Amino acid sequence: MDSGPAKRRGLRAVHLLLLLPFLALLWVPFYNRTDPELAGIPFFYWYQMLWILLGALILLPVYLVEERDSGKGDSA
Amino acid sequence: MSLNIPALAIFVALFAFVTLLGFFAARWRRGDLSRLDEWGLGGRRFGTWVTWFLLGGDLYTAYTFIAVPSAMFAGGAAGFFAVPYTVFVYPLLFAIFPRLWAVSHAKGYVTAADFVRGRFGSGTLALAIALTGIVATMPYIALQLLGIEVVLAGLGVHGEWPLVIAFAILAGYTYSSGLRAPALIAVVKDLLIYLTVIAAVVYIPGQLGGYAKIFASVPPKQLLLGPATAASLGQQAAYATLALGSALALFLYPHAITGLFGSSSKHVVRRNAVVLPAYSFVLGLIALLGYMAVAAGVKTDPAFAAEFKSFGNVFAVPALFLKMFPSWFVGIAFAAIAIGALVPAAIMSIACANLFTRNIYREYFKPDCDLAREAQVAKIASLVVKFGALVFILALPGEAIQLQLLGGIIIIQTLPSVLIGLYTRWLHPHALLLGWLAGIGSGTWMAWMNAFKVSVYPLHLFGLTIPCYAAFSSLILNIVVSFATSAVFNAIAKNAVIDGTTATDYI
Repeated sequence: MDSGPAKRRGLRAVHLLLLLPFLALLWVPFYNRTDPELAGIPFFYWYQMLWILLGALILLPVYLVEERDSGKGDSA
Repeated sequence: MSLNIPALAIFVALFAFVTLLGFFAARWRRGDLSRLDEWGLGGRRFGTWVTWFLLGGDLYTAYTFIAVPSAMFAGGAAGFFAVPYTVFVYPLLFAIFPRLWAVSHAKGYVTAADFVRGRFGSGTLALAIALTGIVATMPYIALQLLGIEVVLAGLGVHGEWPLVIAFAILAGYTYSSGLRAPALIAVVKDLLIYLTVIAAVVYIPGQLGGYAKIFASVPPKQLLLGPATAASLGQQAAYATLALGSALALFLYPHAITGLFGSSSKHVVRRNAVVLPAYSFVLGLIALLGYMAVAAGVKTDPAFAAEFKSFGNVFAVPALFLKMFPSWFVGIAFAAIAIGALVPAAIMSIACANLFTRNIYREYFKPDCDLAREAQVAKIASLVVKFGALVFILALPGEAIQLQLLGGIIIIQTLPSVLIGLYTRWLHPHALLLGWLAGIGSGTWMAWMNAFKVSVYPLHLFGLTIPCYAAFSSLILNIVVSFATSAVFNAIAKNAVIDGTTATDYI
C-alpha cells in the first residue's frame, strides 16, 4: 500500500502488542484469586509481577520495528 | 526512639557525598547555566543511561517507597494496584511521548503548557495547564519531605531543624546546578535503592520463614480484592481504574515531562520505555515489603509504638528495616529513601520553576525578558517552591497527603489538551478549557465528598454501584465535554487561531 518513503509511519500489526498488558490486567476478576500458587506466592501477586516482565518484553519487537522505520533520517 | 549512632553515621556520610555531587554537577557536561534549557533541562543532552537514572529517580519517589508498602501493610491487595499501574505506563510512554518530545525539541518548548500555547494559540488554556501542573506538584514535593522526616525519626533524629538543613542543601545545589544535580545524584540513589531492595527481598524472607509464611500472615480477607456482587462491582473496579488512571496521569506531571524533555532524542525516550520496567519490578518487590512488615509484627512491637503513633502506617517500612537489618545497613537503607526524596524534589521544583517562568512570568509579566533573565527567574522560583513545600509539611503534614491525592485528579485533566492535542487540532481551545473546568470541578467535588481521604468515589449507573478512581471518571467527563463543545464552537465559528506547529515537527 504505501510504497513511497515512509514519512508518516502508520499503525502496524506489531503495535497491537502494546494493547496486551491492558487486556491482561484490566479485567481484574481473571486474576483475583490465590491459585495456582508459585513458591507460596498467590496467583494474584505473581501474575501481575510476571506482567512487568512480559510488558517489557512486548515493547522490544515494537521498538525494533519503530527504530528500523525511522531510519537514518532522524537526527539522533 | 534513641539515636542510632552507626546507622546515623553512614546516613550522614552518604548524604554528604550526594551533596558534593550535587554542587559538582554544575561542571558536568558543562553548559551555559544562565539559559533556561541548560539549567532546567540539562541542555537536552541526556542519553539513554542518564535518562534512565533520571526518570527512574524521578518517578519512583521516596514517598512511593514509603506509601505503597504502607498501603499494602494497612489494606492488603488493594495497595498492589501500583504494579498494574507501572505496567500500563510504559506502552503509553512508548506510543505517545516520542511525539511530544519531537515537537518540543523542534519548537524549543520547555513545558507542556508551552506546547499547548503553540498548538492551540491560547494563552488562557496554557495558563490553565501551567497552574494545574504547579498546584498538582507542590504537595508532591511536600510529601518527599515527609519521606525524609520518617526515616530521620527512625534514626532517632527529631525536631524540625534536620529537615530544614536537608532542604536548604537541596535548594542550594538545585539553584546552582539545575537539572544536572538530580541527574547525577539519581545514579547514587538508584544504586542504593537496588542494593537495599535486593537485600530486603533476599534477607528478610529468610528471617521470616519464607514467602509462603509471609503471605500466610496476611489476614485472608485482605489477600485478595473483594468480589463483585449483583449490586456493586466492588474493589475490583476501583483497582482497575486506579491503575489505569494513575498511568494516564503519570507523564502529565511536570516533573515527568521535565525528565523526558531532558533526553537527547526520541530514540532515548523509546529506549527508556523498554528499560524502565526494571524499576517497576523493584516497585513490586517494595510493595511486598508491606506484607513482610505484617509478618514481622512491627505494629505491635512496643519499640515502634511512638513512631506509629506520630506517623501512622507510613512507618511500616522503616520499622521493618530497623527490626530486621543490622544497624549499619539501616543507615544505607534509610539513606536510599532520603536521597530518593531529594532527586524527585529537585526535579519537581525545577519543573514548577520552568512552568512559572515560561507560562506565567514571560507570558504575563515580562514578554520581552531575555534568556539570562528567564533562567534567573526560574532559579529563584525553584527556591520559592521548595520553601513553600517546607512550610507546608511543617505546618500541615496531614493536608499534604490529601492534596497529593487531589493532585492526581487535577493533573489528569490536562490530558485532552496535551495528549489528544498531539494528534488532532480539531478540539477548540475554549472547549478544552470547558472540559478542563468540568474535570477539575467534578473531580474535586468527588474528593471533597470523600473528605479528601480516599480517591475512589462510587458511581451509581443503572442500579449498579461502580467504585471508580475519581481522576478516571472526571477525565471521561472532561473528554466528553471537550469533544461535544468543540463540535459547537467549530460549527459557530471557524477556529481562526494559527497552529504554531506543523506536521513535520512531530516526526
